[in-house]
Amino acid sequence: MKKLINAADKVVDEALAGMAAAHGDLIKVHFEPNFITRADAPVRGKVALVSGGGSGHEPLHGGFVGRGMLDAACPGAVFTSPTPDQILAATKAVDGGAGVLHIVKNYTGDVLNFEMAADLAKDEGVKVEAVIIDDDVAVQDSLYTAGRRGVGGTVLAEKICGGAAEAGQDLAAVAELCRKVNSNVRSMGLALTPCTVPHAGKPSFTLEEDEIEFGVGIHGEPGRKRIKMESADKLAEMLMEPIIADLPFKSEDKVLLFVNGLGGTPLVELYIVFRKAAEIAKAHGLTIARSLVGPYITSLEMAGTSISLLKLDDEMLRYWDAPVVTPGLRWGA
Amino acid sequence: MSELLDVPVLTAWLKRADEMVAARQTYLSDLDAAIGDGDHGANLARGFHAVTAKLGTPADPAALFKTVGMTLIGTVGGASGPLYGSMFVEMGKAAAGKSALDAAAWADVLEAGVKGVAARGKAVPGEKTMLDALTPAVAAAKGAAGLSAALSAAAEAALQGAEATVSMIARKGRASYLGERSAGHADPGATSAALLLSALAEAAR
Repeated sequence: MKKLINAADKVVDEALAGMAAAHGDLIKVHFEPNFITRADAPVRGKVALVSGGGSGHEPLHGGFVGRGMLDAACPGAVFTSPTPDQILAATKAVDGGAGVLHIVKNYTGDVLNFEMAADLAKDEGVKVEAVIIDDDVAVQDSLYTAGRRGVGGTVLAEKICGGAAEAGQDLAAVAELCRKVNSNVRSMGLALTPCTVPHAGKPSFTLEEDEIEFGVGIHGEPGRKRIKMESADKLAEMLMEPIIADLPFKSEDKVLLFVNGLGGTPLVELYIVFRKAAEIAKAHGLTIARSLVGPYITSLEMAGTSISLLKLDDEMLRYWDAPVVTPGLRWGA
Repeated sequence: MSELLDVPVLTAWLKRADEMVAARQTYLSDLDAAIGDGDHGANLARGFHAVTAKLGTPADPAALFKTVGMTLIGTVGGASGPLYGSMFVEMGKAAAGKSALDAAAWADVLEAGVKGVAARGKAVPGEKTMLDALTPAVAAAKGAAGLSAALSAAAEAALQGAEATVSMIARKGRASYLGERSAGHADPGATSAALLLSALAEAAR
């Protein structure tokens, strides 16, 4: 597989150096341990938001560091969670005295490493709260698995909580808002092709030309089931149905519809999916109050999409609309 | 062979573990690709290289285990970093004050480490994890007479435990999302745990 890399073990460091070179006005990149902070961190008196996870999901999380969203992001190796020393260093670097919220996708590695880091930070006197994002309805049996995974809802939680923190909400309030976003968002994705982790050098699974992986996670791990390829409309329907069924979305609800690209699917196809997803939402009486379309939480070069639906209230709407100035999302400023 | 695990023998263990993990890096990653995300071999190889580079000359087994644990926590990532890291950190606590470990002390230290893994991962045996290799290894070490027998018995029990994960359905970690599709593949964590205990039996020989 052809990749624009120099060496597999340099991928993360060189990409971080590139981010520093491109976005030095917004972010500061720290090495050994690796983490990204907003350029003006720490912001005195503001709750700081820290997230992180394996690399390969860009712009998540590093691209969402900046005013109105994350204070820091900790990138691990590709598809590998960051380590506690990174998370601890980032947490201390951005703590402005009002405490730090860890936003953690529900993957075992991420949860364990953030837990260890939170323990260490608390020992050093930093106030830390953690919220686990688990919005993936593809995981049906959460009792006998590691539970639902954190996927597209993470982007929405980071934006909305970033707005609340910027507005001066305290740690307990921002954490509560984060839990509210998580309990009101549902997501599901599918892969048309697998992806190749640079140091593995070969795809982590294989799909026949006419097959797709339905209910896929964001690390190239297999999903709910393998099915035959269908039309965009049919696949949008198959993603939307379990999402709408899982959260009691009611007629008249205001929602945010997020159609995400997994990295290898062009925007033109994502809009075809959005068109059908919006039609289905409207047929259920939902009002699409806000939308987001594009590759925001990716899986390297995997082709595919995920759909997230968030039931909005006035608070979430207000902070979604609040200004944001990051490499990956920018509006209102 | 020596009837005591002291700093030189434990150092030899970690060097042997580094070699064995490096040699089987692709195999471990392939196991992981089948039911997870394909990075276990590379992550562990990175971690054990860092361990041998950082080890130096620790004062006693407790200091050695602590350095190993903290290095793995800081370099491996994924779930296996905190899990193996917690194992060695807890082994360090259990070995405190001892200049060398006899068979009984080693079994106790290993047991403390395995309890650390279970606590960090909130897992029990039978869920297709490292614990399926480590738990029988503790039992085997406790039941053996003499260090040599304890180390071989633990390595053998871990190997069998890892093989037994082939038929298990994963309940923890990323493999759990596969449900029944996770059966038919050995758990990469259980396999690497067995590898580490084999490395110890070899190094002490």
